[in-house]
Amino acid sequence: MSLMEGMLHIMDENAKAQGFGRVRTVILEIGKLAGVEVEALRFAFEAVTEGSIAEGATLEIEEPQGLGWCVECERESSIETRYDPCPLCGKVPLAITGGTEMRVKALDVE
Amino acid sequence: MCTTCGCGQGEGRIEGDEHPHAHADGMIHSHAHMHEHGIGQRRMVQIERNLLEKNDAFAKLNREQFAEKGIFVLNLVSSPGSGKTTLLTATIERLKDRLAIAVIEGDQQTTHDADRIRATGVPAIQINTGKGCHLDAHMVGHAAERLNLPQDSVLMIENVGNLVCPSAFDLGEAHKVVILSVTEGEDKPLKYPDMFAAADLLVLNKVDLLPYLKFEVDQCLDFAHRVNPRLKIIRTSAVTGEGMAAWTDWIESGARAAKNSRSEAPSKPPCHA
Ligand SMILES: Nc1nc2c(ncn2[C@@H]2O[C@H](COP(=O)(O)OP(=O)(O)O)[C@@H](O)[C@H]2O)c(=O)[nH]1
Ligand SMILES: [Mg+2]
Ligand SMILES: [Zn+2]
Repeated sequence: MSLMEGMLHIMDENAKAQGFGRVRTVILEIGKLAGVEVEALRFAFEAVTEGSIAEGATLEIEEPQGLGWCVECERESSIETRYDPCPLCGKVPLAITGGTEMRVKALDVE
Repeated sequence: MCTTCGCGQGEGRIEGDEHPHAHADGMIHSHAHMHEHGIGQRRMVQIERNLLEKNDAFAKLNREQFAEKGIFVLNLVSSPGSGKTTLLTATIERLKDRLAIAVIEGDQQTTHDADRIRATGVPAIQINTGKGCHLDAHMVGHAAERLNLPQDSVLMIENVGNLVCPSAFDLGEAHKVVILSVTEGEDKPLKYPDMFAAADLLVLNKVDLLPYLKFEVDQCLDFAHRVNPRLKIIRTSAVTGEGMAAWTDWIESGARAAKNSRSEAPSKPPCHA
């Protein structure tokens, strides 16, 4: 819920700065390793946008893949969890380099 | 109305506070600007901003104020029932003659835990988060201000019992401490990797019950280190006192470090006024 309130705050600041009055589509980036339940987020989106400049807006969620860097192999690999081993040498854990995003990426506005 | 964030309502309520609070992430009322702009051209606006930035800004403020007063702050997280409140009261009994301690209790509904803490004689304040499943930096800033923490004290924050959401919310603490009891199952670190990755210390509690359980301590700790190789581990029983000395030593050395690095700068006016 707080995440969605953060989103509203960002939208409002941008509405003021960039002079738009209506948000038609919200594009969020929620990485696969961010620990956020996308379904719960969709539910909260409805509740939180009611009565706001984004009422009735479409929510699009992009889910970037988890990525980890192995210091031994000096290579980045896709991972499903924070504790997936390096597919080359087996080292655990890798340094997380992607997939933890929780961002408002773009807004379709008018 | 809160002058920091402009919020006037929400679900969180700080005990003794005349106005309700919630949401570090800011109910800066979304409809406020609705009528200020005409309908413009339809277009795509690139934003690229973090959903947590408002919380993080409040956390930074908190951290600066804690540093200025040399206050050592711990954020205790766990599932419900792992023993956070029991551990806190046992800790306070051992340390209260040597350190000034205060507690912020996060709970969805009751003030029961804050009452348990106050029974030990140290100040405590309850934050009821209502439907909110974690504390945020804004609520904690207000509660800390109300506690009027003395210089070089220790502030312990019991977060809402939940191993998911609190991991993302920085409160301005020095360390997140995750408490796991041996009645919960060895695989918790793999089920909630974000929390174990965010924590600096794992307190494995209720070790007095180990003889009655099939809990593989080594396997659990191995799972925890798989997620976070730097995680420090202390085994405790808040009931028998086993391991409590290691835990209180760790707190005392943290408190000393906070005191020693206290910035000598003249204190600024409170930002959460
Ligand atoms: N046997 C045993 N029980 C404990 C220990 N710590 C807490 N408990 C019990 O666990 C239950 C939940 O404790 P509580 O402190 O309320 O957990 P919280 O929800 O994390 O604050 C209570 O019945 C406590 O007495 C411990 O170290 N050993
Ligand atoms: Mg409790
Ligand atoms: Zn490797």
